[in-house]
Amino acid sequence: MSARTATPAPTAPNLDIARKRGPWRRVADVWVYRELLLNLTRKELKVKYKNSVLGFLWSLLNPLLYLVVYYVVFQYFLKTSIPVFAVFLLAGLLPWTFFSNALGAGTTSIVGNSSLVGKVWFPREILPLAAIGAAMVHFLLQSVVLIGALFVFGINPAWGYMPLLVPALLALVLFLAALTVALSAANVYLRDTQHLLELLVMAWFWLSPIVYPYRQAYDQLGRWGSLYLLNPMVSILITFQRIFYNKVSAGPIPILPDGSVWWYLRNLAIVGMASTVLLVGALVLFGRLEDDFAEEI
Amino acid sequence: MGSAIEIHGVSKHFRLHKDRPQSLKERVIRFGRSDHDEFWALRDVDVEVAAGETVGLLGANGSGKSTLLKCVAGILRPTEGSIVRHGRIAALLELGSGFHPELTGRENVFLNGSILGLSRADVTRVFDDIVDFAEIEPFIDMQVKHYSSGMYTRLAFAVAVNVAPEILLVDEVLAVGDEAFQQKCLERIKVFQRDGVTILFVTHSADLVRQICDRGVVLDHGRKVSDGSPGEAILALRETLRSRGAEVPDGLDDADDPDHPAARATLAVRITGAEIEYPEAGRNHLLPDEPLRIHLHYRAAIPLDDVVFAINVFDQRGNLLLGTNTQLLGDDVDRVEGDGEVVFELERVPLLDGVYEVHLGIHNRDGGTSYDFRGGQDFVQVLNPTRTIGLVHFPVRARQVPGEPGDGGT
Repeated sequence: MSARTATPAPTAPNLDIARKRGPWRRVADVWVYRELLLNLTRKELKVKYKNSVLGFLWSLLNPLLYLVVYYVVFQYFLKTSIPVFAVFLLAGLLPWTFFSNALGAGTTSIVGNSSLVGKVWFPREILPLAAIGAAMVHFLLQSVVLIGALFVFGINPAWGYMPLLVPALLALVLFLAALTVALSAANVYLRDTQHLLELLVMAWFWLSPIVYPYRQAYDQLGRWGSLYLLNPMVSILITFQRIFYNKVSAGPIPILPDGSVWWYLRNLAIVGMASTVLLVGALVLFGRLEDDFAEEI
Repeated sequence: MGSAIEIHGVSKHFRLHKDRPQSLKERVIRFGRSDHDEFWALRDVDVEVAAGETVGLLGANGSGKSTLLKCVAGILRPTEGSIVRHGRIAALLELGSGFHPELTGRENVFLNGSILGLSRADVTRVFDDIVDFAEIEPFIDMQVKHYSSGMYTRLAFAVAVNVAPEILLVDEVLAVGDEAFQQKCLERIKVFQRDGVTILFVTHSADLVRQICDRGVVLDHGRKVSDGSPGEAILALRETLRSRGAEVPDGLDDADDPDHPAARATLAVRITGAEIEYPEAGRNHLLPDEPLRIHLHYRAAIPLDDVVFAINVFDQRGNLLLGTNTQLLGDDVDRVEGDGEVVFELERVPLLDGVYEVHLGIHNRDGGTSYDFRGGQDFVQVLNPTRTIGLVHFPVRARQVPGEPGDGGT
C-alpha cells in the first residue's frame, strides 16, 4: 500500500454547507477549481476530435467553407458593394461563431454532464464556463483562417485598434458567462430552453452586423440608430471588423462607424459592465436553481 | 476528539412529479394544476460523526440514506437544517462517474483527479500508485470504452482511494468488483481508518457494518430510527425491513411477470396465512443453529388429493438456500379439504447473520398446476452473537500445531 497520497483542494473548513453561497463565494469557488475548468475544457476538445483523422483541421474547414459559400453568394450572385467581402465576413463571423457555439454548448452543459452533477461536488458553474473555454479555443484556431485571408487579400489590419482585442474578448466572455450560467440552469428544469435558443440565435445572427455592415443598419434606423447598439454583440462585432477589415467606408458606401479607439472602448466597457451585472444576477439565479440539480437531471 | 461531520435538523423536501413536464408546452397545458406530491426525503435528521470514526448509514431502499449522503457531499442542499464538515472531503458516490468513455485511462485519471479537487501535480505524484493499485498498466493508454467493467471499476476506485481525504463518503461502491479486489478495497479502507480518516458510508451489508463500522445509523422513511452500535443498527435495520415487508400486498409486486408463480396460481387451494415460529416466544430472531418452525395455513375451495406444499428460503441476494416440498421430503400430505395447516419443522438453521426470505407455495405433484404462492412477506431473522462473518454457521475450530524446534530457518 502506498504511503503517498494526493491531497484534495482545501475547502473552507467549518463551513455550513447547507447554507446558500453568494455570488462572490461562487466566483471564489470557481477560482479554487480553475484546474478542473482547464481539464474540462481540454476534455471537450479531446472528445470532439477523438477518432477523427483530420482532428482539429475540421474546425478550420468550417470557416473555410463558410468563406467560400458566402463569398460566392454575396460577391457574385448578390453583387455586394463591399470590397473584399470575404475578409469583412470572416472578421464578424468568427467571433459570432464563437458566441453561438459557446451559447449552445453552455446551455446544455449541465444536462449533458448529468453523471457528474449527480455524483460529485464541484462548482457547477464550471460546466458552462468550460463550454465557453472550448469554443474559445476553436475561435483562436479558426483565426488562422482569418489571418491567412488577410495575407491573401493583402489587407493591413488596424494596428492602432489592435489593443481593443483584449477588452472585446473580455466583454464577449463576460457576456457569454452571464448567459450560459443562467441558461444552463434554466435548461435543467425546462428543456425547451435549448430549442428556443436555437431559434433566437438565428434571429440574433441577422440582427447583428455580420453579413451586412453596421452602417447600413444604423443609417436605416435614422434617429433610432443608437438603439442598434443595445444589442451587445454589435459593439463586439464591429470592434473585430474595425481591427481586421479596417475599412470605415468604401467610396461613398459607409461600412463601419468612424469612431476613435476610445469610442469603441467605451462601447465595449458598457457591454462589459452590463454583462458583469448580468453575471451576478445569473449566479444568484444559478444558486436558486442549483439545489435540486442532482434530482431533476 | 472533535466532530468531523455535524448534521443538525436536516430535512430535504422533494416534489415528486408523477409525470414531470419538461417542456413549455406541457407546462402551459398543465398550468394551474399541480401534478406532484410533496415528499420529505429526510425529516429532521441529527447525526454527529466524531473525527476518525467510521459510521455506517443503513436503511431500506428509499429510506433517505443516499439523500443524506448527497447532502453531506454538497450535491444536494437540504431544505432545512445545517451540515458542518471539518476537514477535506472526498465523496465516492459512484465509481467512475467522471470517466469519459472516449478518453484514455491516463487522461481520465487526470480528469477524475481534478474533479475530486486534485491538482495536476498531485495526480502526477500518485499516478504510478493509481495504476499499480488498479492493475491495468498495459491498458492505461487505451480508451476507457474498451475496458472491461472490472478494469473500469478498479481504475475508478484506485483514483478515489489515492486521494487523501480527512472525510470519506462512500456509497455502496464496495459492492462492485471481484472478490479479490473487494478485499483490497477493504484493506485500503482499514488503512484509512488507521490514519484517522472519518468515514461515512451507505451500505446494505450487515457483514460490512459489523466488520468495519464503529457505529450504525438507521434511517426509515427519512427519519433516524436508530443510532448505536453496529449490532443495534443491524437489528433496527431488520425491524424496518420487516415492517416494510408486511406492507407489500400479497404477491402484488411480482404478479406482473407471467412466469412468476403468483401469476400462474389458480387459487383452488389458497394460502390464508403464514407465520414464523421462533424457538422462544417473544423473540424475533434466531441464533445460529437454533430450530425454526414455519406454519402455512391454507383453505381449499374444493377437496383435492393432488397437493404438494413447498418452501424456499433465500438469502438477501436472492440465492436459494433451501428448496424442498412435502413430496421431496416424503412427508406427503393427505387430501386437503376446507381449512388446514402445514408446519415445516427446521431442526437446525445453520445460518449466520441475515434476514432470509421464505417463499411458500402450493402446487400439484407434477408441478404443472400452481395453486397459490406467497412471497415477500415472511422473513427469518438470524442474529449472530459472534464476530464471525459469512452466511453459513460451519462448526469450526482452530488450533495451533506446534512447529519442530529449530525448524524456522529454512
